[in-house]
Amino acid sequence: MQTQQILETIKMIDEDYLDIRTITIGISLLDCIDPDIHASCRKVEEKICRIAKDLVPVAEEISRTYGIPIVNKRVSVTPISLLCSATQGDPIEYALTLERCAQKLGVDFIGGYSALVQKGYTEGDRRLIRSIPQALKQTSHVCSSVNIGSTKAGINMNAVKEMGQIIRDCAELTKDDNCLGAAKLVVFCNAPEDNPFMAGAFHGVGEADCVINVGVSGPGVVRAALAKASKTAPMDELADLIKRTAFKITRMGQMVGVLASEKLGIPFGIVDLSLAPTPAIGDSVAHILEEMGLSTCGAYGTTACLAMLNDAVKKGGVMATSHVGGLSGAFIPVSEDAGMIDAARSGVLNLEKLEAMTAVCSVGLDMIIIPGDTPASIISGIIADEAAIGMVNSKTTAVRLIPAVGKKVGEELNFGGLLGHGPIMKVNMASNEIMIDRGGRIPAPLQSLKN
Amino acid sequence: MKAVITVVGSDRVGILAMIANACAKYDVNVLDVSQTIVDGIFTMTMITDCSKVKDFGSFASFMEKLGQENSLIVRVMNQNIFDAMHTV
Repeated sequence: MQTQQILETIKMIDEDYLDIRTITIGISLLDCIDPDIHASCRKVEEKICRIAKDLVPVAEEISRTYGIPIVNKRVSVTPISLLCSATQGDPIEYALTLERCAQKLGVDFIGGYSALVQKGYTEGDRRLIRSIPQALKQTSHVCSSVNIGSTKAGINMNAVKEMGQIIRDCAELTKDDNCLGAAKLVVFCNAPEDNPFMAGAFHGVGEADCVINVGVSGPGVVRAALAKASKTAPMDELADLIKRTAFKITRMGQMVGVLASEKLGIPFGIVDLSLAPTPAIGDSVAHILEEMGLSTCGAYGTTACLAMLNDAVKKGGVMATSHVGGLSGAFIPVSEDAGMIDAARSGVLNLEKLEAMTAVCSVGLDMIIIPGDTPASIISGIIADEAAIGMVNSKTTAVRLIPAVGKKVGEELNFGGLLGHGPIMKVNMASNEIMIDRGGRIPAPLQSLKN
Repeated sequence: MKAVITVVGSDRVGILAMIANACAKYDVNVLDVSQTIVDGIFTMTMITDCSKVKDFGSFASFMEKLGQENSLIVRVMNQNIFDAMHTV
């Protein structure tokens, strides 16, 4: 073992914020379905607490032995709307049960208060979606997601319309707490079923009974690698540097995933090859783009740099792990990324540029704070546009917007912790109401017809 | 289990002796040592066999604390993390 390599790893952890962002246990709740909601909740609580009981101690032990921080321990479950379909009870009871589990286990988040309605609603979906604002108000660890479109199914415009209002309601109900409810809700197109990242994690029905998924992080490490490159180095050299770095980061994720799987006796699922930023200075995806030669993230060239970054991360990571999954790509959550926050504050980075960036990176319009008076139809329009990008490009896109109730452009919200803080961004308020009111479905595009 | 102990700090007499002594106290066998001093900064990596250590966590935190008390950065990490990251 070369001394140089040992010191390189230690520097990555100490100075460049290399960490395992999350170990997430996915747990199927299909065997907890019961027409009596109280019985169902009892089964849910028993199963989650039994399977995930050692998650936090095992993660802490791995962290101590290997010297690598494991920032979050999370649980994802089968979309709760499936359980709702079997019972007439109030879905909030499931949310409160999940919250109790999170507190008992000491996990950071529990995801899966979700519904998949890309083609249409079941009665369970309808009730779950309507309960989301109250569920997120009454809980602090529960995360919610709704899939409203896919390349195969098209876009459910009725759901798009409803989710605009639901996001507003989430913010309204939590307006005394920085509108935090909306930060725990994400609207997806092409939602992955094995995503370990929040707020969008849920355990898909095609998954095993339980599974370990790992999300790595390392924007700081990639930025540090690029900082060493000459300012005149061509782009392909930068891509190569990113690939090498992504390989190393992912190998660590793979190792931790396999270890956690052995220790917990739960099969290993996937490594999510994502660059997930945190609000800490030096742990920013925007700073990687700026290291490539942009004065500020959002300048022309940003989309191209991000496309290359996203692709190079995958190319480097894919050989380092046995199974890739989840979202796998660079995240651009504005309030969670110090560079994005600065770029948004300066006005260089706007919603339109962010929308273009979402066409080439892993998620979508993420953690963006918008004016409190943004009408639901405008939010629905943003969701529809993002979903269209995802549907046509056969990729995941998502919308996590936080309407800052009672605040205007230029003011700021501060969520604290990993969710960060950020300025309220300007939104194009031109009316789209007639279009959003039409409802119906946007048919699946031609590229879905691959059979 | 093999562990890598790294020590970084200002150079002075007795760092290697102190770390090696602490290892002996925990029944940790030193397999390989490499050290450099550049501009007065002492950097050492030590490969050790920790298979006789009962509680690795407390050994690691003891070593880190020992480092802090002596103005050194000491880390004890399972060697597998370095193998995983740097070998194909």
